[in-house]
Amino acid sequence: MNIDFNTSTPIYLQIILEFKRQIAVGVLKPGEKVPSQRDLAALLKVNANTVQRAYREMETLGMVETLRGQGTFVCQDEKIVEETRTEMLKDLVDDFVHAMRSLGLTQEETVKEVEQMFQKLELKGEVSDE
Amino acid sequence: MNLTDALVIKNLTKKYPKVEALKGLDLTLSKGQICGLLGPNGSGKSTLLKSVVGLIKPDNGSIEIFGKSPSRHTKAMIAFVPEIDSLYRWMTIDQTIKFISSFYDDWEVERERELLDFMRLERDKKVSSLSKGMRARLKLILALARTAPLILLDEPFSGIDPASRDRIVEGIIRQFKSEDQTMIISTHSLGDTEQLFDSVIFLDEGIISLQGNAEDLRLQHGKSINDLFKEVFA
Repeated sequence: MNIDFNTSTPIYLQIILEFKRQIAVGVLKPGEKVPSQRDLAALLKVNANTVQRAYREMETLGMVETLRGQGTFVCQDEKIVEETRTEMLKDLVDDFVHAMRSLGLTQEETVKEVEQMFQKLELKGEVSDE
Repeated sequence: MNLTDALVIKNLTKKYPKVEALKGLDLTLSKGQICGLLGPNGSGKSTLLKSVVGLIKPDNGSIEIFGKSPSRHTKAMIAFVPEIDSLYRWMTIDQTIKFISSFYDDWEVERERELLDFMRLERDKKVSSLSKGMRARLKLILALARTAPLILLDEPFSGIDPASRDRIVEGIIRQFKSEDQTMIISTHSLGDTEQLFDSVIFLDEGIISLQGNAEDLRLQHGKSINDLFKEVFA
């Protein structure tokens, strides 16, 4: 795991977001062991209390669970992948639509912008229909 | 005084002939955190740290370290690394370590070994042959090999190469035990080290202008600590 931190927002939130992303795209699998807090802190060069805060929050959210003496694991339940994906997707769309509306764009204009962007990326070969 | 406080300072004042370094400074610092003491050169950082260690006698005010006034007893509880290079050039790394460790009862040989390895220092090298970054790494070992409950590092990142700075940051993260240690690190230039800190103190001409949890400050201001620092001291 490597995170390019943007230090203008809380670091523990960025750690949680990276875990969510990795769960949503399947890099981290349900039931898989995650690094110990101390190892992750050393790896990311981040204060250990910050990592602890992220892990505690993820436990509260049900993303991971810590088993005494064994370590921390991604939640066993397979549903977590779809749920995390859906949640991230909703958040992103929510932010995007609000941002477009605050720029004064209508629904049609927004959709048009999105379509144009997809076409542009397709020309560059960055998007493929799977 | 609270049992969870590492440090309680009230109305601390120190005047030098030409300048008032500390102007009635108040500070409470709770245990178990790494605190960044931030301020430009001349803001009073070193004077504050040296007063806590007991190397400087303040003109006025009080200091309590885990509930005790600075004394020989509290000195044993503090690992202080001054900014100046106090290492003997003619010694080898091994001799330096044996010399320094002989002063302290809380020196742990196991930690010493881990740290030397991690900092990539060889015992038989002469201090005079080390780069500034290497000497900074050695100085850090002298503090982190001890289990002192209070660690004070004065400008550990000043004027050293980025690779050494990274090693030092990671070394601190690996060795710091928040269950029974508290650390204050002073710096006039944060650079990319801000992720190391639980909390920060902005010291401005002898008084504290801002103190808080680093994550809370990022959230409140929507800025990095580094940007906040530049803004306050612009």
